[in-house]
Amino acid sequence: MAEPILSVRNLVKHFPLRVGVVFKRVVGHVRAVDGVSFDLHRGETLGVVGESGCGKSTLAQVLMRLEPPTSGAVTFEGRNIFDMRGAELRRLRRDIQIVLQDPYTSLNPRMTVGDIVGEPFEIHPEVAPKASRRQRVQELLDVVGLNPEHINRYPHQFSGGQRQRIGIARALALRPKVIICDEPVSALDVSIQAQVMNLLGELQTEFGLSYVFIAHDLSVVRHLSDRVAVMYLGKIAEIGTETSIYEHPTHPYTQALLSAVPVPDPELRGRREVIRLSGDVPSPVDPPSGCRFRTRCWKATDLCAEQEPPLTLRLDGSDADREHPSACHFAEPRPHVVA
Amino acid sequence: MTEPTDAISSTTSRGAYAAATTEGRQRGLWSDAWRNLRRQPTFLISAGLILLVLVMAAFPQLFTSVDPTYGDLSRQRQLPSVDAWFGYDNQGADIYARVIYGTRASVVVGVLATAGTVLIGSTLGILAGYYGGWLDALMSRVADVFFGLPFVLGAIVILTTLNAPGSTPGPVRIVAQVVLSIALLSWPVAMRIMRAAVISAKQNDYVKAARALGASSRRIIFRHLLPNCLAPVLVYATIALGAFIGVEATLSFLGLGLRSPVVSWGVMISDARDYVRIAPHLLLFPAGFLTMTVLAFVMLGDAVREALDPKLR
Repeated sequence: MAEPILSVRNLVKHFPLRVGVVFKRVVGHVRAVDGVSFDLHRGETLGVVGESGCGKSTLAQVLMRLEPPTSGAVTFEGRNIFDMRGAELRRLRRDIQIVLQDPYTSLNPRMTVGDIVGEPFEIHPEVAPKASRRQRVQELLDVVGLNPEHINRYPHQFSGGQRQRIGIARALALRPKVIICDEPVSALDVSIQAQVMNLLGELQTEFGLSYVFIAHDLSVVRHLSDRVAVMYLGKIAEIGTETSIYEHPTHPYTQALLSAVPVPDPELRGRREVIRLSGDVPSPVDPPSGCRFRTRCWKATDLCAEQEPPLTLRLDGSDADREHPSACHFAEPRPHVVA
Repeated sequence: MTEPTDAISSTTSRGAYAAATTEGRQRGLWSDAWRNLRRQPTFLISAGLILLVLVMAAFPQLFTSVDPTYGDLSRQRQLPSVDAWFGYDNQGADIYARVIYGTRASVVVGVLATAGTVLIGSTLGILAGYYGGWLDALMSRVADVFFGLPFVLGAIVILTTLNAPGSTPGPVRIVAQVVLSIALLSWPVAMRIMRAAVISAKQNDYVKAARALGASSRRIIFRHLLPNCLAPVLVYATIALGAFIGVEATLSFLGLGLRSPVVSWGVMISDARDYVRIAPHLLLFPAGFLTMTVLAFVMLGDAVREALDPKLR
């Protein structure tokens, strides 16, 4: 495949835990993202799934350079984004944009829609001359399916789905190459979710965008993604094409997640195996030794506690489109978990 | 405000809008607020009252030709009459003239002290709340020190330090010093209000989105945080204005503020306190003017606050 547009190598983000009122002492670190690597290709959608607290949103923040990384590298078109300063960083802001989760807090309630969508042009005046800005904003509103005449309205005059469209228009304004979607549909009704996802799909084909699509809903991710990464406690458990992850998962965590997806057809219910995980996600301050999933895994052995399983190709020798990296010592497909 | 649903237009109609969208210019928060204010009766009434009070402060001779300092003990505490609309005070001076001439000191102290308090307090509050860290820690501790000083005690210390006992500073100097000491002792309140508002506002996703777009700190502060944090400080300011006019009276009563022959409403109110039962008009007129002025500012603050909140328009 061609050169990836965004490549992430061993990205680590630890948040220090401090105790004390005046003299703060670091007593540990929350290992929110702990060694994540992946590639994003041009025009591709990489879905990132995982439960709450597994580091998905922190990953998005670090990729956007909203938070400094603890270590690791992210290269965008061959340049490490953490080395960028000044003009180069401004240029990067035009190329990578974000759509945030909550459409109710992501729009300034005291700005008109025109000001919100036009703000990117004010920050980057070289993109559009002042005279054409209003027209550009109206074009953007039209592109995301809003009435361009509502340019003087305020966010509270719109519904949740429409607000999310405004957020998407703002992210699109600078014609970015990569958009990071941080759970863009999680706060919306199911019917609106579909509309917004279809919009994201249409925009991808129209503008050739690459998405990093973060969600906790497996069906949402499947709808849009070309490839999927499953995260657990700050690490990628399994990564592969949409088909290989959804139809031939090899990591026990992915299998458990997929087995929990509701089956819409009542006739088919009960015909597949449901894996119920016991216990909670361990604290990211003190993750388990070896494999992070071993505390909840039915396959765990002593080996899992001692050695951390690397994320490598597991289905050796078999069919090429099933072959994908999985971070489990005992990775093997399990036929009955997928409906 | 129309139904939200009619805002959905199909994505297929692309390009058809260009002709339809020539109505009006693009508007922003401040121009919308101004359009809204101009049509609001509370704003118009309060602005009219404030204008009147300001004219009274600037040109008292337009309203009366009586000398406010001329007293005649033979007409001591006389009730309102055709000659003296508001009656005469304990020294036999015309209360109407004194109220008119007292406007200047009261309004100047109230408005300037409020402006100073809000400006110092909210500037420091925004900086402390936005940058956090050691800057916030330092500013908050300094604010705590000023907060710990009892107000009257602090003002006594400041004013007696600035003016040696027995000296007779002019009215301009006294007013400046009173304003300074009020602002110096009450900015921590405004700072804390602003700091709290900024801390809660800066966690909103719209600030994150602005940072992701590459917005500078200045843009985030002025475009995103300030409009969203102004309301609580505005409310405090309108309430503080009345209190500061009263503080000026307290300081005058203690012999630290304005001295005769300069009059202020506060001085008149504190002079009247011993005669409330036998001559209530001594208290009623200056107190009425004070109340009206404070009410006008409170109404103005309310109207502005509502105009700046799109949800309340």
